[in-house]
Amino acid sequence: MDYIVEMLNITKSFPGILANDDISIQLRKGEILALLGENGAGKSTLMSILFGLYKADSGTIRLRGKEVHITDPNVANELGIGMVHQHFKLVQNFTATENIILGLEPRKGPVVDLKRAAKRIEELSKTYGLNVDPWAKIEDITVGMQQRVEILKMLYRNAEILIFDEPTAVLTPQEIDDLMGIMRNLIAEGKSIILITHKLKEIKAIADRCTVIRRGKVIGTVDVADTDEARMAEMMVGRAVSFSVDKAPREPGEVVLEIEGLHVLSSRKLPAVNDLSLKVRNGEILGLAGVDGNGQTELVEALTGLRKVQSGSIRLKGVDITHSSVRNRVRSGIAHIPEDRQRRGLVLDYTMEDNFILEIYGLSPYSRHGFLNRKAIREHAGKLMDDFDVRAGEGPVAAARSLSGGNQQKAIVGREIDLNPDLLIAVQPTRGLDVGSIEYIHKRLVEQRDRGKAVLLVSLELDEIMDLSDRIAVISHGSIAGFLDPKKVTESEIGLMMAGAKKGELQ
Amino acid sequence: MKGLRNLFTALAAVILGLLAGAILMLAIGADPIQGFSYLFRGGLMSAERIGNTLATATTLTLTGLAMAFAFRTGLFSIGASGQMLMGGLTATALALTLNLPKWEMLIIIVTAAMLAGAIWGFIPGILKARFNVHEVVSTIMLNWIAYWTVYYTIPAHFKAKFLETESARIPEYASLKVGWLTNLFHGSYLNLGLFIALACAIIAGIILSRTTLGYELKAVGFNRHAAEFAGINVPKNMALSLAISGALAGLAGATYYVGYATNMQIGVMPSQGMDGIAVALLGANSPIGVVLASIFFGILHSGKGFMNAMTKIPPEIGDTIIAVIIYFAATSVLFTRLYDRLAAKLRRRS
Repeated sequence: MDYIVEMLNITKSFPGILANDDISIQLRKGEILALLGENGAGKSTLMSILFGLYKADSGTIRLRGKEVHITDPNVANELGIGMVHQHFKLVQNFTATENIILGLEPRKGPVVDLKRAAKRIEELSKTYGLNVDPWAKIEDITVGMQQRVEILKMLYRNAEILIFDEPTAVLTPQEIDDLMGIMRNLIAEGKSIILITHKLKEIKAIADRCTVIRRGKVIGTVDVADTDEARMAEMMVGRAVSFSVDKAPREPGEVVLEIEGLHVLSSRKLPAVNDLSLKVRNGEILGLAGVDGNGQTELVEALTGLRKVQSGSIRLKGVDITHSSVRNRVRSGIAHIPEDRQRRGLVLDYTMEDNFILEIYGLSPYSRHGFLNRKAIREHAGKLMDDFDVRAGEGPVAAARSLSGGNQQKAIVGREIDLNPDLLIAVQPTRGLDVGSIEYIHKRLVEQRDRGKAVLLVSLELDEIMDLSDRIAVISHGSIAGFLDPKKVTESEIGLMMAGAKKGELQ
Repeated sequence: MKGLRNLFTALAAVILGLLAGAILMLAIGADPIQGFSYLFRGGLMSAERIGNTLATATTLTLTGLAMAFAFRTGLFSIGASGQMLMGGLTATALALTLNLPKWEMLIIIVTAAMLAGAIWGFIPGILKARFNVHEVVSTIMLNWIAYWTVYYTIPAHFKAKFLETESARIPEYASLKVGWLTNLFHGSYLNLGLFIALACAIIAGIILSRTTLGYELKAVGFNRHAAEFAGINVPKNMALSLAISGALAGLAGATYYVGYATNMQIGVMPSQGMDGIAVALLGANSPIGVVLASIFFGILHSGKGFMNAMTKIPPEIGDTIIAVIIYFAATSVLFTRLYDRLAAKLRRRS
């Protein structure tokens, strides 16, 4: 069997962690090899080594049988290795063509020959079924399209070996299907793909083989066709994983959150939430389902005090909080797991212990008379990190930036639940996380409900909404299209409602 | 760990700056060893010269702290010059108007100068908070407003007997210079401002690392979205940070115009305001770093004249060294990378 890429006995350490411990992987020509592992398992580090972003402490890389030294991404490009990063590297106000040719612009005399480049991009786009408009500006196209521009960037550079780092994390279900089709086209044209992911469904759907990595070590490589999802999950996490959420039935209690006739504007001053009303009760999880961009962000920001309300009212336990400050809302019992953990949820340059007191630094015992009490802060951090299984190389004094995404998210979930809120607003609480962390966070959300608290779950993942919710509210164009019972509804019914159908029209 | 890394970065910048100075001295045919020996002797060889070095460092420490404070909150203020002028003008005006016992005079003058600087810092702060006016633009404009305010106020109300371009002499009872300190350092410019600067460094250090105020200010500087999420009033903290920064620069003005100098001249934008940026940069925005950096710059400032007098090396070499140091301090990421690599190597060996 011919291997196009072989990474043999790769070891790489960072201060405090051994990210890759004697890892070997082999990619056959014309196959899709999935690299499966939890967040922080070492997948991204390994691929960064292959792409020349990091240098391995030891180990060798062989390409088509020959040993190579990939010292930087330019070398990787020349060797035909391309990578689509999880966070796209595109210039927002450039066109697709301008982005793709950046760094190797074709010239006609002294000027850039955009037309020639665009023509070639159009051809590539056609060959692989990408459907990209070479003249579209990045800021005007969807995330899915932006990803295709990234793919074209690799193809334009004649890459043979394509690395996809968590490519589906930012896509809608429809876009994921499209991407799978594109990957199949790429393979058909003779490319080889390494797919970094922790979504088992996708591996099952598209990959040929799967190498599982746990805590920096290779656990094994399996043929996807002969292995089921449960087996791969077990290899990844190191124990059996339950996919369904254990949830005893429970009678909801009093109304905790009551929204009436709410109107909120988006950042571009357009109506985002239109006459929205809903109630969340004690002891229930209300799942808010909807297509991204239908007012969820604005609604949550209005509820938490980050955005001004135009009209309508928000009442928490009967008290009107429509215009109260963020801090007052926190004090009166609202906790918030934000959509974007790195932008809103954490101060990445602060230590973990300083992040754990983000909302409560002004309270005793964490500070007295304006002076911080370091000892109490550290103990608090130690306790939360134990309770919520937050792993960091240096413990409470580790910089938040140094933690893996899953651990950052667990820290935020821990911090917010520790506020003992009457209402927990969880937005995309498991976005981009691995199975182990998802299971854990789901359990914690259900626990919160079982303790008689209210949970408002906002998620783009239908599975998550269906599994966790006691009631589902579907949001469309900024108002509630209807309420559904998760036990009596199918995914396609919710899907139709998300697309704008009203409840009565479903029959 | 982080402190050690910053120290390494600063020292690397200083050494490279000195090296650049040596190369320039060689290029003009001078002996760098001789040049440096006169440069450092000029800054340190006698009690008087040490006193002058420290007197220069006093003002730089305060402007450096002013800058560091704003930088920590993520604000790029360059208004220290104007705040110094307003602090200095207020101090000069009071010194030439009031006639009280020395201690009362000094307390009133210093407090008033601090307030004047704080107000001059609060204006761009409120503009930023309310109308999102960029602080770089507003502080530059306020620098010139301060400059012209001094330009007209001094000749109109506080002018010297014979000269139109400067204020009357600051009376002894209103000056931060005190006899015992002047004598101890054999007639140098050193004054009580030194103790004000050191006290401010300690207070700034405590505020930034130990208090909830510092916690809020830094949170706003690092990530204002997370600060909003936490319920921290972001605009208020920005305005407050610029006001505190202004207060420190106002104090710098007092120590300079009624301490270091004997009167206030018009038509001069004090360069210490801009040098404060360099001091903050080299000192990695930490109060102790600012103190050390300003002492080092103080040596270069007061030594360069002596070097020029004893050799044929022009004093501009001293400024060039400072400029190169600033350059390397600004590109400090190179050194932090080098440090990380060295540290990793050492760890592996042990």
